[in-house]
Amino acid sequence: MDFQAVVLILDSSIRLATPLLLACLAGLYSERSGIFDIGLEGKMLAGAFAAGAAAWWAGSPWVGLLAAIFASVALALVHGFASITQRGNQIVSGVAINFLAAGLTALLGQAWFAEGGRTPQLPGEARFASLAWPGAEALRQVPFLGPLYGELLSGHNPIVYLGFLMVPLTWWVLFKTRFGLRLRAVGENPAAVDTAGISVAFLRYRAVIVCGVLCGAAGAYLAIAQSAGFIVNMTAGKGFIALAALIFAKWRPWPAMGACFLFGFLDAIAIRLQGASVPMVGEVPVQFMQALPYVLTVVLLAGFIGRAVPPRAGGIPYVKER
Amino acid sequence: MNDREPAAAATEPAGPPAIELIGIDKSFGAVRANRDIHLKVAEATIHGIVGENGAGKSTLMSILYGFYQADRGEIVVRGRKVAIASPDDAIAAGIGMVHQHFMLVDNFTVLENVILGAEGGALLREGVAMARAELTRLEREYELQVDPDAPVGELPVGLQQRVEILKALYRGADTLILDEPTGVLTPSEADHLFRILRQLKEQGKTVILITHKLREIMAVTDRVSVMRRGEIVGTLKTAETGPEELAELMVGRRVLLRVEKAEAAPGAPLLRVENLTLVDARGVKRLDDVSLTVRAGEIVGIAGVSGNGQSELLEVIAGIRPATSGAVFLADGSDLARSADPARRRQGGLAHVPEDRRRMGLVMAFEENESAILGYHDDPLYRSGAFLSREKVRADARDKIRRYDIRPPDCRLLTENFSGGNQQKIVLAREMERGPDVLLVGQPTRGVDIGAIEFIHRQLVAMRDAGKAILLVSVELDEIRALSDRILVMFAGRIVGERGPDAGEGELGLMMAGIEQAGAADGRSGPVVPGLALKGVPTR
Repeated sequence: MDFQAVVLILDSSIRLATPLLLACLAGLYSERSGIFDIGLEGKMLAGAFAAGAAAWWAGSPWVGLLAAIFASVALALVHGFASITQRGNQIVSGVAINFLAAGLTALLGQAWFAEGGRTPQLPGEARFASLAWPGAEALRQVPFLGPLYGELLSGHNPIVYLGFLMVPLTWWVLFKTRFGLRLRAVGENPAAVDTAGISVAFLRYRAVIVCGVLCGAAGAYLAIAQSAGFIVNMTAGKGFIALAALIFAKWRPWPAMGACFLFGFLDAIAIRLQGASVPMVGEVPVQFMQALPYVLTVVLLAGFIGRAVPPRAGGIPYVKER
Repeated sequence: MNDREPAAAATEPAGPPAIELIGIDKSFGAVRANRDIHLKVAEATIHGIVGENGAGKSTLMSILYGFYQADRGEIVVRGRKVAIASPDDAIAAGIGMVHQHFMLVDNFTVLENVILGAEGGALLREGVAMARAELTRLEREYELQVDPDAPVGELPVGLQQRVEILKALYRGADTLILDEPTGVLTPSEADHLFRILRQLKEQGKTVILITHKLREIMAVTDRVSVMRRGEIVGTLKTAETGPEELAELMVGRRVLLRVEKAEAAPGAPLLRVENLTLVDARGVKRLDDVSLTVRAGEIVGIAGVSGNGQSELLEVIAGIRPATSGAVFLADGSDLARSADPARRRQGGLAHVPEDRRRMGLVMAFEENESAILGYHDDPLYRSGAFLSREKVRADARDKIRRYDIRPPDCRLLTENFSGGNQQKIVLAREMERGPDVLLVGQPTRGVDIGAIEFIHRQLVAMRDAGKAILLVSVELDEIRALSDRILVMFAGRIVGERGPDAGEGELGLMMAGIEQAGAADGRSGPVVPGLALKGVPTR
């Protein structure tokens, strides 16, 4: 495999990792606050549908992104209401949101566009276009650095940059701000937060809303940046892989980026190796390569990662005690 | 209601009281947790609040700290009426609270825990620098040394408690409420806490100490208010009262604090434990070469700070987990150490009152009569053909309820609806009424009211006098000293020494802390037990 091929695979990894990363960071905010969220998948899907529909109507990707965030936050608030205000079971609520999103997007898609649940094919100006960095073309001929700059750094759409910028930002918020300190505290011991005179519910609602915003961005990426429209069930389990990455990363932002990139990388290799012949083995079946990220998820979660200690109060509704 | 006037009136210092509660009422459904509470806490004093479990102490303090809102009544802080709707309001009014279960984030550092809620700005950086300086000042002023960068979860409980106190002081508390602060402390840690409290008082802080331990009230408070059934039944100057009077106020009748018992007349050994060792799944030695003998007609007490192997010792003897090596003999002579079979032990005449009644002694969701036969359900007594006879079970339960004065006297009530003391009586009745030769008792009065404690202690002594062998494990040193005929002290899985019932508290406390590992050094200890091996213990 030559250098050019490696660069292309890495480039592809970045694109494939972006939605995982956004969803993973979304889950990080929610779970750090003590609200488990297996509804990342559903929120992404709702976001993707809203983005596809709104971008088509308005002809603008930014309107699509806003619509995606709005739809995803709405579902996040449903989850918040069920698990914070009503102290319901967070897993049940998350599952319900996944079902709701899967059914509702297909239903509305069919009702509004009558294309089997899809949204109409988007024209170029209704999608997020790649941003070429200055000098990318000129430097293309420079050996080594040229392709790295031109392919890996330059030439992605805005949501990719947004996703990767969210990593240092999340780290900073989590460890350097008052909100972050309280967020980490409320996921470990909400009673300590309550007795310090801080509202547990308000704090958790804010975390859940941030989660909704990021899931919406992830969904918008799928529908109006990576593709040219919404397709039924286009998340295809990415929300769950993001969740696995979150556990793999032990709820920390930088390792989250590493984990998501690893999953994206496997995906990229799977695509690249489709139909290719591997020495000693021969042609690897497509299905095997496609299954790799999921197999890796299982293997990693089955104990390869050492002890992953979730936020201690995660999944437990906070009931005030004296 | 006690006929005594509130003592504060005559000796009221100049200036308004730090805290004044006027006519506080609070009900939960049909239960009136607090009724018409009037309380004045003078500034720069330590004010104790005692009462049995459920007397309303914690509810009252939760109202003061803004966890609950009173149905009626006023809170006056330094002469100013305040409305406290949340902990935030309480903190603003200068009230801080150290909770019974620490309100700390374990994986945060001390500093992070202290600033939580008072970060000093949206970004942490400046606030942290200020907090560090302030913390150093507080630590110096009140002798509350603790490393600000240590993760709280890795600190011993005594230090965690200091962090709680620092938290309150950092938020500017003038009045500090401590809810049962010594429950988790060793005697020496408790002494240190009391020194800190006196220090706080000298610096002009007001301390409210909630406890059910009369000894602590006598040791450290200036005034004490006694609560019973949601009311304050008296406020006294500590110097002018004593434990007997306080206990009587708490319970509403005369209570014998001292257990009355005759000299023990030990007979034949009924329980022998030899060189018992237990290594847990992580390779840690929980029990290290423990040997002891309990004879007919004596109570052997095991003293020690919680977590030094007492629980494991009970579990191995009771057959809940097998020993790694060593032997356990009942009177019939067969070695039981390697078999974890409680039923086999019951046949051999051993009964067990487990330390944690909620987890091991009872099924909370069962009716009382069902909980009352756990472990004995195979007894033909309860059988009717191949089936359990509900009638017989209930008749038996009603009989025990009467004789052990279990309240409410309803054998169909769910176990979880009984108070701690009555739950304990259910377990005791079940285990003692079989007339076992050997009784293992773990924490017989944990979370039990004074009145019930008296009853339980009398039952244990009566059983001893009937010629039974009793092995008692308790973290309450007073209880061990009151009941035991011989005291064994456990530290780090080993028995580090034996003392007589008249051993001093300080001496036992040192042994419990692993400091003084002496055998029979002072000549006051009881007879040397055959087979009591004190491996590795220097005999001076």
